[in-house]
Amino acid sequence: MTIKGKAYIAGIYEHPTRHAPDKSTAQLHAEVAKGAIEDAGLTKADIDGYFCAGDAPGGLWPMVDYLGLKVRHMDSTDTGGCSYLIHLGHAAEAIAAGKCSIALITLAGKPRTGPMPPRAAGAEADFEAAYGATTHNAYGMCAMRHMHDYGTTSEQLAWIKVAASHHAQYNPHAMLKEVVTVEDVLNSPMISDPLHRMDCCVVTDGGGALIVTTPEIAKSLKKPLVRLIGHGEAMKGPRGGKDLDLTYSAGVWSGPRAFEEAGVTPKDIKYASIYDSFTITVLMQLEDLGFCKKGEGGKFVADGNLISGVGKLPFNTDGGGLCSNHPVNRGGMTKIIEAVRQLRGEAHPKVQVPNCDLAVAHGTGGLLGVRHAASTCILERA
Amino acid sequence: MAEAKKLPVPQGNPETAPFWEAASQGKFMIKRCTACGEPHFFPRSICPFCFSDKTEWEESSGEATIYTFSLMRKSPTGPYAIAYVTLKEGPSLQTNIVDCDMDKLKIGQKVKVVWKPTDGAPLPFFTPA
Repeated sequence: MTIKGKAYIAGIYEHPTRHAPDKSTAQLHAEVAKGAIEDAGLTKADIDGYFCAGDAPGGLWPMVDYLGLKVRHMDSTDTGGCSYLIHLGHAAEAIAAGKCSIALITLAGKPRTGPMPPRAAGAEADFEAAYGATTHNAYGMCAMRHMHDYGTTSEQLAWIKVAASHHAQYNPHAMLKEVVTVEDVLNSPMISDPLHRMDCCVVTDGGGALIVTTPEIAKSLKKPLVRLIGHGEAMKGPRGGKDLDLTYSAGVWSGPRAFEEAGVTPKDIKYASIYDSFTITVLMQLEDLGFCKKGEGGKFVADGNLISGVGKLPFNTDGGGLCSNHPVNRGGMTKIIEAVRQLRGEAHPKVQVPNCDLAVAHGTGGLLGVRHAASTCILERA
Repeated sequence: MAEAKKLPVPQGNPETAPFWEAASQGKFMIKRCTACGEPHFFPRSICPFCFSDKTEWEESSGEATIYTFSLMRKSPTGPYAIAYVTLKEGPSLQTNIVDCDMDKLKIGQKVKVVWKPTDGAPLPFFTPA
């Protein structure tokens, strides 16, 4: 059994807002749903599957009702920022099994407008809650150990932000459009050693949505055809404290599963959407997915290798989370959307990868230095 | 610093109560599985490695080395050093390194457990040995 080629992404929509104090979170979900449905050339009545994660207020019950959906398949898997990559894989499974034929996936929220609701405590709470793990210091601990073990430098990490900023200058909706240099990143304030402010992604209100459907329905619509040919998901945590190693992520498992299912290798990939919550996130993911050997990510990302038209692996050509958008502190949705734009040939002409027929969208969710999930999607122009 | 903020009170539960009772006497307990021999932390009743229910409490030396750390500089309660330390007995755990010059912390540095009071059981932190 495989999901290879059994599901197509027929509709995409990224909300143009980056700050939405005048809208409700449910409203943003509805706006992105409407956008993706219209992009596909469908109507709401066509939707028979719905996927949402922890950002959807109240979960499935209120969302399905609020949106006025009538569905026969639903899934509220929540693995933080990579939820939507997992949803895409799960939607393909459901479509392949005949459980639904047109699935809607939504993400939306307003962390810039107000505080996010706290997560429910896990079994570890008494043993960890007092120590103040945040996104910044959890990823900082990964970067610190990666530098210790492999000699990775702040200059190398900075190149990731530099590349994102080169792409963001062409995105009219990007929150940060200014092109920055390695020196700019190194001179920005230290937030949590060794991560500077410019090693961190933006905080934005907004959202995005996808329509996933069968090959037959996708071919009956007007958009260029993009299909999912491989998917992987995995999770990693300290696991009782045995053999702790913060220099790799669950991507070492989700990546190979996705590539194997797709029957392709990292060398075949023309464009990569890689979740960039922090610069170190990108560097570790590139290693874990096999774009370079473990420990050689620093060399791989340096000197503009991730800049479209300059380097060997164009990444996050919308400006990514580092410069453009990171709605609800969850970057997986926008990773899929930009990969679809590239495969459709709808990216900005300045960053469009020529003859882009194979892309990867990959992300993590949770805290890389504590507990996180990872998901990898291989997408192909059909 | 960790001291500057009010520490959360460990809530405890039937599975972890012996840890917090021992903590009140200044003892840092870990769990060891007698089926596979592996120690683990935080404590579970079923071994996370071999899934045996033959796990036993064992007092740790409280001696550890820093696996990694990050000095969080932007915090409303002041800077603090989050870290993972690896106990002499094997397991690694998340903590803060306290009562020290945080700018001089190094991976591989030796640290030891130090207890900080809460309104309930004390919480374990680590400080340079």
